[in-house]
Amino acid sequence: MSVAVTSTPPVTHRRFEPAIVGAIVYREWRVFRRVWFSTAFGSIVEPIVFFIGFGFGFGALISEVAGLSYFEFMATGTIAIGILFSALFPGLINGYTRRAEKHLYDGQLAAPVSVAELVAGESLWNGLRVAVVAVVTLFVALAFGVRMGPGVVLVPAIAVFTGFGLSATGAAFAAKLRSWHGVDIIIGAVVAPMLVVAGTFFPLDGLPRWAELVGRANPLYHCVELLRGAVFGFTGFGQTMLHVAALSVFNLLAWLVAVRLVRRALID
Amino acid sequence: MSSVPAVRLRDVVKRFGALTAVDHLDLEVPRGVCFGLLGPNGAGKSTTMRLLTGQAVADSGHVEVLGHELPGASREARSVSGVVPQVDNLDAELTVAENLEVFARLQRIPRAERDAAVRRGLEVARLVDRADTPAAALSGGMRRRLLIARGLIHGPQLVLLDEPTVGLDPQIRQQLWSTIAEIRSSGVTVLMSTHYIEEAERLCDEVAIMHAGRVVASGPPRDLITRSVGREVLEVAGTPTALADIEAAANAGGLRTRRSGTTVAVLDAERLDGQDWAQGDRRAPTLEDVFVVLTGEEMA
Repeated sequence: MSVAVTSTPPVTHRRFEPAIVGAIVYREWRVFRRVWFSTAFGSIVEPIVFFIGFGFGFGALISEVAGLSYFEFMATGTIAIGILFSALFPGLINGYTRRAEKHLYDGQLAAPVSVAELVAGESLWNGLRVAVVAVVTLFVALAFGVRMGPGVVLVPAIAVFTGFGLSATGAAFAAKLRSWHGVDIIIGAVVAPMLVVAGTFFPLDGLPRWAELVGRANPLYHCVELLRGAVFGFTGFGQTMLHVAALSVFNLLAWLVAVRLVRRALID
Repeated sequence: MSSVPAVRLRDVVKRFGALTAVDHLDLEVPRGVCFGLLGPNGAGKSTTMRLLTGQAVADSGHVEVLGHELPGASREARSVSGVVPQVDNLDAELTVAENLEVFARLQRIPRAERDAAVRRGLEVARLVDRADTPAAALSGGMRRRLLIARGLIHGPQLVLLDEPTVGLDPQIRQQLWSTIAEIRSSGVTVLMSTHYIEEAERLCDEVAIMHAGRVVASGPPRDLITRSVGREVLEVAGTPTALADIEAAANAGGLRTRRSGTTVAVLDAERLDGQDWAQGDRRAPTLEDVFVVLTGEEMA
């Protein structure tokens, strides 16, 4: 056996190397190829449950919201909820287990990988995976008879764009977790309000002023508004760009904070 | 480049709260040797290893790996050095080959060379016929071999092995020793931490004995032993009272002793000539004797 190796390592080292982000995404893809079925199955069943429960249940009580039928309003909210769950939870759960239990990050950081690339790669992957979830939900909505405009092709892009920041948010919380017990706090104090006060199941307009303001700061609100615009037609260029800008700021902040906290958790 | 040592630490301090894990540490590892960091748990070996991979940042002092100063040039250092961690951090969700391939990508091995690197890695790990086995399904010895192959995938000039055989069967340990010896003879510098004396004596060209975050002695194992504890040790068994008498007699004659369990070891025993209390087994001194003499503590 010969252990001598002859490959030449690359000589240039940029501060942020897209090839490394690609390698992190590649790693996730290799795993996903084996477990895609459970992801796909979950993302079919969940919206069906929501559509039947909220769509038919509430839909019988409420006829129209913000110019849409309640079912249409709620269906786009459900896509956003799928994005929230499928991006934030993997960011949180993987972020914790891979650091504290599997020591996966320790292994990866022994290679020339930075925490910034690691968080970017995992968040980008969760964004891509979430696009699959969003598309599956769209098809379920289609099967339930939701009418869709041509803008619907933008839904995967919106999913990736929101999923990145939500996954990074999960990673940021994961970096502060000392044990699994902390997850309860995150679900109660972060996920539940994000899920509800976002214009997912009811519009923000009817809420008390302070809650409405909180809602407008919620990235999921901007996501759901963009989704409604994509599926049913955008209402105005300025308003749309405002949502895009809000999500851009959110993505950048979530990534920066996650990188800072994860670095602190991993590097002594 | 070859005049630059593989590792150079100067006056390095690393604290964790009130604990000083690395305390004004000086260490220089020349190229092409197998160098052992020897010491009990808590001596600062693992922290020293983490300082060299950029996974810990020194509070003060100078850390250099293959001429790259850390933490600033940590990425450059990590692309020419390989790490075999003490804690098994293989990617359990991937197969054996995928583990190697992902690391080939993280090490930015060019696409054209990647397959060859993975194949070579499988050979180093002796897992060619298990390329598609999930890493989670491997035995302890196989996992350790895969960790080593992963650390070597990019052809590093320096390999950091943190307690490479801890928790393994004696037979698997022997196998790993031969792998480590091969790595060294292929020209790669090996820096290994261990608390197994025998491992250090067998494999290492040079050792540094660490205690409480510092290097208390260093050099080739044989030199270090001769210098610190002489050429022969007399091991005497007996009752506690008898042992106390022997200690007193030896110390009176200017000889150092080491008590372990039911025996007393008299060091520099070649200087004894026919004292009537000096009855026992004569043996070659070990690094363990050196360690105990230098630190006043048993290894483990």
